[in-house]
Amino acid sequence: MSNSFLIILGIITPLFAALFSYVCRYNNNLRDSFGIIGGLITFVISLKIFHGIQNNEVYQITFFTLFDGVDFAFKVSALGSIFSLVASSLWILASIYTIGYMRGAGEKNQTRFVIFYSIAIHAALAIAWSGNLLVLFIFYEILTFSTFPLVGHKQNAESQSAGRLYLSILVGTSLIFFLPAIFWIWLKTGTLDFQDGGILMNKFPAGYLSFLIAMLVFGIGKAAIMPIHRWLPAAMVAPTPVSALLHAVAVVKAGVFSFLVVVVYIVGPDFLLQTKSSDWLVWLACFTIMASSIIAITKDDLKARLAYSTISQLSYIILGAALASSLALKGASFHIITHALGKITLFFCAGAIYVTAHIKKVSDLKGMGYKLPLIFFAYTLGALSIIGVPPFIGSWSKFYLIMGSIEREFIFVAIILGISSLLNIYYLLQPVVIGFTQNSKKEIKLIKAPLTVWPPLITGLGCLVFFFYANYFLNNISGVIVN
Amino acid sequence: MFDIFLDDAPALVVVLPLLISAIIAFMPSKIWPWIISIITLLLHLFLSLHLLKEISVSGLIIYEFGNWEPPWGISFKIDGVNIGLQLLFSIFVLVSTFYSRKIFLNEIDYRDSGKAYSLWLLAVGSLNGIILTNDIFNLFVFLEISALASISLIALGAGQNRKALLAAFNYLIIGAIGATFYVIGVGFAYAMTGTLNMNDLVIQLAQYSDGQLAIFAGMSFMLIGLMVKAAIFPVHIWLPPAYSYAPSAVSTLLAALATKTILYFFVRLLYEVFIIYPSYLSLFLDFVLYPLSLLAIFIGTVIAIYQDDIKKLLAFSSIAQIGYITLAFSLKDHSGVASGFVHIFNHALIKGGLFMAVGYFAILYKDRVTLNSLKGFGYKYPITSFALLICGLSLIGLPLTNGFISKLYLFQALYTNQMYFSIALVAVSSALAVVYFWKIVEQMWFSEIKFKSEKEDAYIYLPIWIVTISIIVFGIYSTPIIEFSNLSADYLISGYQN
Repeated sequence: MSNSFLIILGIITPLFAALFSYVCRYNNNLRDSFGIIGGLITFVISLKIFHGIQNNEVYQITFFTLFDGVDFAFKVSALGSIFSLVASSLWILASIYTIGYMRGAGEKNQTRFVIFYSIAIHAALAIAWSGNLLVLFIFYEILTFSTFPLVGHKQNAESQSAGRLYLSILVGTSLIFFLPAIFWIWLKTGTLDFQDGGILMNKFPAGYLSFLIAMLVFGIGKAAIMPIHRWLPAAMVAPTPVSALLHAVAVVKAGVFSFLVVVVYIVGPDFLLQTKSSDWLVWLACFTIMASSIIAITKDDLKARLAYSTISQLSYIILGAALASSLALKGASFHIITHALGKITLFFCAGAIYVTAHIKKVSDLKGMGYKLPLIFFAYTLGALSIIGVPPFIGSWSKFYLIMGSIEREFIFVAIILGISSLLNIYYLLQPVVIGFTQNSKKEIKLIKAPLTVWPPLITGLGCLVFFFYANYFLNNISGVIVN
Repeated sequence: MFDIFLDDAPALVVVLPLLISAIIAFMPSKIWPWIISIITLLLHLFLSLHLLKEISVSGLIIYEFGNWEPPWGISFKIDGVNIGLQLLFSIFVLVSTFYSRKIFLNEIDYRDSGKAYSLWLLAVGSLNGIILTNDIFNLFVFLEISALASISLIALGAGQNRKALLAAFNYLIIGAIGATFYVIGVGFAYAMTGTLNMNDLVIQLAQYSDGQLAIFAGMSFMLIGLMVKAAIFPVHIWLPPAYSYAPSAVSTLLAALATKTILYFFVRLLYEVFIIYPSYLSLFLDFVLYPLSLLAIFIGTVIAIYQDDIKKLLAFSSIAQIGYITLAFSLKDHSGVASGFVHIFNHALIKGGLFMAVGYFAILYKDRVTLNSLKGFGYKYPITSFALLICGLSLIGLPLTNGFISKLYLFQALYTNQMYFSIALVAVSSALAVVYFWKIVEQMWFSEIKFKSEKEDAYIYLPIWIVTISIIVFGIYSTPIIEFSNLSADYLISGYQN
């Protein structure tokens, strides 16, 4: 198979999954199986591309010219190959989980749900493999619009207002800041292509670079840096598979991925390091990390707590990009994988607890550890990985981030990262502690939903196993980021 | 045999619809007026294409009526500036006439069909005259004919809602005031120069190098009159009720083309005639048109957000979009004028498509289309709804639609002129456009009411989809629009630089 054909196949497979799900909408089992099949196909393709990138193969395809110097084109970068691998592999598990969750919770409109779920994955893959900033922007918007029906899935007043907030913040920021920033880059350089080392050096006035960085980081609202984070907790009204795959992996990772791509392939780390234009962002990211950790502690609703934890973890990646040193960028890129794996485990568990026991609040988890041992086991694995305890995969990215901040002589940032880990321990492990130590007198009727239990176990164990294979991913990353 | 007619093509594109309109006025049939109109407009398109061919060879056609030479006789002028618009006009009128048949049958008494199409062709002919004329008084005549035809067409909406009468009356009065202003201006100009021909006017005006108050007064009168007609903020108040209470087919025609043709003449007057007073021109552009455009963009968008009636919402959005066009025209350079023309083309398609779709909904719903009444329409009428969605995304300016191309060139023009505040305002207002458009989408697809899909009329949705597909095609392959706009700007701006 030619390389360009692989890209096309990978991008349209989710669309076909959506189409077939619609065609087979009257047969529930058949309809839901297309998510798994599509996941497997895209996973194989992503894996092949991932290896191809390691062997310096070029994957690109150009369709047509949009306007001067900007084509509708795809080109897989090293960063993109990582993101697509994460999104496609977790899509398989999430599809299995979705079947268990949606049927267990008795949600309505499952066909629409499955269709838009697949379209969202399509958009995420296209973002990962986009060849220039405008193509990235197009699919960034498609991702927003395709996840809107998922956020507002329940169609009650609460989910409608949440959907509105979601849409207005994400689309609003992208149109007010992101798109003008793209125009600005185009006007200055005449191109929007991703190139190693960036395209702005010597073409963009260094004095305005901080301003451009601000437009980008606030324009890419999916990265959820404060104060543009409100949509993420609001989006938690969606069914848990959405929170798990989209709001822990595809959507938010698309946000930080976009920002990372801009830093690495558009602005160029060297240019950033020379001008120090992103140093202010380091402090904002630190603030977001601390503030959202503290808010997470106050949340009793498990999903809301995880949402704020996500905001804080996303800022790790922003932080890494803002530091722009090679170690920090390595950590930031790797954090895309580690956080995805850990956080999807936690969300899977939160959803599984909701389906089996109808518990949403942390304080209601008393004694549940003994009743749902597998789920709590998986949860603990995921939590430990996010906290960054060896031997869990999350420890690597945190390690590199701390090294990166020391490399840039931001000692204070390293301290912040340490404190944040302590806060993580408190708010992520508290549910486990409550679950195993306190006893509840309440009788709780449990519903069996085995399909919601196995996916988190797999991802949780993945956090443990991949610790030993970190180099497998890091090879790809260090190929890109050479200062 | 055809050659005889083809020589007179510039006159025929205007005269033919006017003549036919007189013939079909009292035709009692409910189908023949439409068939004759379609044949007329096919001929019209053929003539326009012939003009395009001629222009690509010669670059300029001056058509003298009755062979009276220009300063004395009336003349039409076709050149790079208006040929693109002429083509767009011809094609869009044909498409919207296809669309109009079933709509008219639903909204007006079928016995009025002949009168409706008579007025329709009258409006088409006179609006086309505005595009081609090279004579400032002749323009006034066409302005009046088009206004009277439009007003009568709007009043036809009274069968659905009596407020259409009030809207038509409003338009009549305000339009008459605008036309009066314009004709007073023409009077001043004639008194000073003794000519009405635009080319001659430039020559004659040159003798009053500076400081003739009467000239400036005349110019101001003319500009204000045209601003009223083109619905430039704050003299736009006739437009929203007129568009929203007119029969759906009529609002499509008016929204897509009526204000656009007048805007075209407006910019032509500015950059071709008034250019010989650069200080006056830049005074007008910088201190009148520029701030008014910004206000129009912002206020039009904000008011649109608070509208419940969909047609009114679209009308206020038109005010904002006209603001984009005039903002581009106020930039005094090639990129600005070109991006203004780009948006004239693109917005004609977008707003035409939107009004077509909403007009069809009005027929289906059998009442005024409000936000509430759209509940579940996405499921009930998927074909039309999807077209509406695409047109709306284009209105917001998302990539792969022609609305994005407009925004791109507008941003570029503003950037080269270093108008960063305007860039910010345009960005904010396109984000606000999401708010009002998404309210519609939300009602159509994400409200709790669900319907089974119903059959839609192919005679109506095919024209809608032709427009919608052209929106996507011109979003991806924007070269034709860009080239026509650059051509227009080349012709207009070359005068400015000399």
